[in-house]
Amino acid sequence: MITTTALTKRYGRITAVNAVDLDVREGDRYGLLGPNGSGKTTLLRLVLGLVYATSGDIELMGHRVPRQLGQVLPHVGAIVEGPSAYGHLSGRANLALLDAAGPLGGPHGGRRTRRSRISAALDRVGLGGIDDRPVKAYSLGMRQRLGLAGALLREPRLLVLDEPTNGLDPQGIREVRDLLHELNAAGTTVFLSSHQLAEVEQLCTRIGIVDRGAMVLQSDLAALWTTTGRVVVITPDVDRAAALLDGQVELRAGDRLVIRHADAATLAAHLVAQDVRVAEIHPERRTLEEVVLALTTSGADRIDRPPP
Amino acid sequence: MILVELAKLGRRPRSWVSVGLLCGLPALVAIFLAVTNLGPAPGEDPAFLSAVLANGALFPAAALAIVLPIFLPVAVAVVGGDAIAGEASSGMLRYLLLRPVGRTRLLVAKLVSLVAFVLVAVVAVAASSYVVGVALFPSDPTSTTSVSGATLTTTELVLRTGAAVIYVAVSMLGVGAIAVFLSTVTDSSLGATFVALAVLVASQVFVTLDASGAIRPYLPTRYWLAWIDLYREPILWRDIERGLAIQAVYVGVFLAMAWANFATKDIKS
Repeated sequence: MITTTALTKRYGRITAVNAVDLDVREGDRYGLLGPNGSGKTTLLRLVLGLVYATSGDIELMGHRVPRQLGQVLPHVGAIVEGPSAYGHLSGRANLALLDAAGPLGGPHGGRRTRRSRISAALDRVGLGGIDDRPVKAYSLGMRQRLGLAGALLREPRLLVLDEPTNGLDPQGIREVRDLLHELNAAGTTVFLSSHQLAEVEQLCTRIGIVDRGAMVLQSDLAALWTTTGRVVVITPDVDRAAALLDGQVELRAGDRLVIRHADAATLAAHLVAQDVRVAEIHPERRTLEEVVLALTTSGADRIDRPPP
Repeated sequence: MILVELAKLGRRPRSWVSVGLLCGLPALVAIFLAVTNLGPAPGEDPAFLSAVLANGALFPAAALAIVLPIFLPVAVAVVGGDAIAGEASSGMLRYLLLRPVGRTRLLVAKLVSLVAFVLVAVVAVAASSYVVGVALFPSDPTSTTSVSGATLTTTELVLRTGAAVIYVAVSMLGVGAIAVFLSTVTDSSLGATFVALAVLVASQVFVTLDASGAIRPYLPTRYWLAWIDLYREPILWRDIERGLAIQAVYVGVFLAMAWANFATKDIKS
């Protein structure tokens, strides 16, 4: 779907994207993670042909970018760096203008189906009952939904979304997540950037982590869920458990113990046999947060004082 | 895309406000003239105003002379400067390009809508001022006197005013092209408009300055008033031809620069 090879973008002396090999496969729900200013948005802009690469190659659905953009963009829906609209026009009028601006014809274009496609897209994002208020009166969440409706107008095969849940309340985030799941199940590849780890964790099948313009990890999300070889035990009889497992306790905090042990089930049986009451026991897994924090530096929005 | 641009221009309140203002200024001048009956001495600026007191049918020409030096170019620079930079600052430029609208096509659509705006504005000024002129002044369209003193027939007057309208519109395209080019350079439409106006004012200063005689023939505003020659008998074509040629050069050069810049630009807005 999207393949980049040694993709590099320099602005003067600053390297915004550094030799990135991105690989988004058909049917993926791909999450691009990284601190602020790590080059996520620039990478999206490169892929969409808004910004031209300094070196490296981009292939989008089998077409070269930017040379063959005209052939491939009709099949792509996108939100880049927040939604935009003409403030003095209504949401419907905005979508109509946007649709009319694009190429006519095609299976999902054309003037005759415009009205029904706009209604369908608005229904999908939960704005079906929107009135003729101008967009400048919309809330941030409504604008985000309108932006998503714009991306869905032509039933794209690929959705490229930059922070798609920005400005939405928890209910809205849930709705968007369900919508993306639904679209993905119907065959749409979803490529989104985010710094909301929880969001990516719940939605994506595959992630890429960028830091300072470079891709530091690209993997199926399931492969990251490796256990750490430790077991977490929560028990009211902390002292007895600690005494029993002397030497294996790696961490003790209140009623919580982290124990070096290969198998949680065996450990549970062992503790219960020794009359230690167990409230909770499970193998410790790395969270996405730990993975990301281990791989990335603090964002470019943090500027520390140089050491004296 | 061209139709979309025209629709956007037409649905924008700002477009109609500026056309309204352009028509309003000559109308105000006409009211003052009609009330006081105090015309400027013949030969003084603005052109034609003294003649208007005798014949209201000449007022369209006088109205063009009133709005031409400042009002009209300001409106054109605002629309031209907004062309690309306005889309960039509203964040819609990226969504238009992703639709996709080719960059060249977007630029062409913006130019067409700019030309349409100029034409509508100039025609509106001419038409509204004809109505105002005929209503407020004694008028006899059958016997209008030309600048040279000979009498013009109605057909001649209509044709010449039409030609003047076209010439004034073409004169504005140079400024428009400069503003559109600047609009591709910056993301601030105000900045693009301001620099275009600075070029315009500088050009007008140099036109009046004897010391800058060497560059005077090449200034964009040098032949702006040449359309007055259309009302002479016989018509003096020399300056009109040069004026059209100068505008063609400015339009060509700045549009080429606008295209070259926009087609290769990183869209970061």
